Amino acid sequence: MPTASHPTEIPAVHHPEHLQHHFENAEQQKDASTTGMWVFLVTEVMFFGGLFLAYMLYRGLYPAAFAAASNKTDLWLGAANTTVLICSSLTMALAVHAASQGKKNLIIVFLVLTLLLGGTFLGVKGVEYHDKYVHHEVPGANFQCEGCADAQHTSLFFACYFGMTGLHATHMIVGIFIIFFLIAKARKGAYTKEWYTPVEMFGLYWHFIDIVWIFLFPLLYLIDRSAGGLKG
Amino acid sequence: MADNTHHIVPKRVYFSVFAALIALTWVTAWVATVDLGRLNFVIAISIAIFKASLVALFFMHLAWATKLTKMIVFSGIYWLILLLFITMEDFWTRGIMGVPGR
Repeated sequence: MPTASHPTEIPAVHHPEHLQHHFENAEQQKDASTTGMWVFLVTEVMFFGGLFLAYMLYRGLYPAAFAAASNKTDLWLGAANTTVLICSSLTMALAVHAASQGKKNLIIVFLVLTLLLGGTFLGVKGVEYHDKYVHHEVPGANFQCEGCADAQHTSLFFACYFGMTGLHATHMIVGIFIIFFLIAKARKGAYTKEWYTPVEMFGLYWHFIDIVWIFLFPLLYLIDRSAGGLKG
Repeated sequence: MADNTHHIVPKRVYFSVFAALIALTWVTAWVATVDLGRLNFVIAISIAIFKASLVALFFMHLAWATKLTKMIVFSGIYWLILLLFITMEDFWTRGIMGVPGR
């Protein structure tokens, strides 16, 4: 690594616009951001991990009630929504790709598409929540489960369902606010071929949310689908 | 280090991964409707792990990440496995041996 042996010559050094002075070079700066973002995502893994553990544990304790409740979710709506979210991950990856090529307008196009697909996901989620509400499947005083052998623990499934999908949806809402911010910055031309770190870091966050859903979908919608309806 | 941070992934990689993710989503949804007993769980989770790996490796560029980043991700997964499996193992085996004094 080069060191400044003649301090008086420093003003002549070419300093890239976005390189902060405490980094050796742009590559080190980007590595630092990437590392930091992944550390944050690992804390998020632990955050969601607690809920996954609670779900696994209670599913082990009350398999029949959980199977019966799981069959009340809408499989095809869930699969369609998973598809929407994967599409939004693709558009996000393409936004980062456009940024790496310095294509300002394309960044905005793909960020807007990501925004719309994220909004669609939340809309479908809203429809599902509304169905649950109408059918008295929200845990609490108005919870009802017709034909359930074990209404109390069926309610526990829905507590997990709303807790896990709710935390996931909260992350998406936060993500949507950040996309608005990124679009505004991109319009001003803040992101160049040389520096588009915020777009790339947000991409990591958005894909992480996708990964969480990739696990929520089988756990909440799929695993007891074929046999579970008969039990409970 | 040089090719780590400036690696530009070709677009066709994204489209291939995307196609695989969509296909696997509908495969896993369809398989769930077929009664395979305990295999249903195994298949659903295996497909989920595979899909998550695709997203992490290619969409999140983990395949081209620095060793430090890979180690951080590995440690995260490792602790998640500890959290899930040690707890479940304790839970599953509680009935096997009696607890003295109870």
